[in-house]
Amino acid sequence: MLHTVNKSSFERNSLQSCLNTIDDTSVILFIEDGVINAANNANSSMIADLAASGRVFALQGDVEARGISPKLADNIKLVDYAGFVDLVVEHGTAVSWV
Amino acid sequence: MKFAIQVNEGPYQHQASDTAFQFAKAAIENGHEIFRVFFYHDGVNNASRFTLPPQDDRHVVNNWASLDIKNAEGEPELVVCVAAALRRGMLDESEASKNSIEGNNLHPAFRISGLGQLIEAGIQCDRLVVFGD
Repeated sequence: MLHTVNKSSFERNSLQSCLNTIDDTSVILFIEDGVINAANNANSSMIADLAASGRVFALQGDVEARGISPKLADNIKLVDYAGFVDLVVEHGTAVSWV
Repeated sequence: MKFAIQVNEGPYQHQASDTAFQFAKAAIENGHEIFRVFFYHDGVNNASRFTLPPQDDRHVVNNWASLDIKNAEGEPELVVCVAAALRRGMLDESEASKNSIEGNNLHPAFRISGLGQLIEAGIQCDRLVVFGD
């Protein structure tokens, strides 16, 4: 499954709800304000572990628009909209955490 | 692959409608089919033909219309939920005359229909992706 998160965890607890639900094969994509969760001073150890296994992505345009690029946490992979489409194709059901 | 998209947020409110549009555009450019876009809740406001953003701003309604998503019969597959639309004063010609209201504001690239269209899209498509706030 693909889980998209579009809010910062400073604003809502949708990321935490997502992390409580996620299984071993799921991946997370941060979009919109969700990319704030990809900053190296914002994310949890669980995100760091998931990122280390290549399962955390962030939408590049939204990362750049919010000035997160210089402080992107380790191992988070950037994708463009075509990459977003590919993630949906590859991972089956897409769950939107809002 | 066949995609359905659900948009639950109005234009210029946050970012969901823009993200959904960019996603749909990228999907089409990469050889996928957008079977239907279903506008629900405040998402119905994406269908107003009276939308006039400043010239240097993106035109969310025209962006959606430019995707020209139609079915084999030539009907638009940018579908607006009827209950959500009527509540928010989003009317096509038929709904306006049914309710004795003069004028209508639905952009011709969109059509008004029921929630069954969302369920059908979920059944027909390989993927349903939801964008909202």
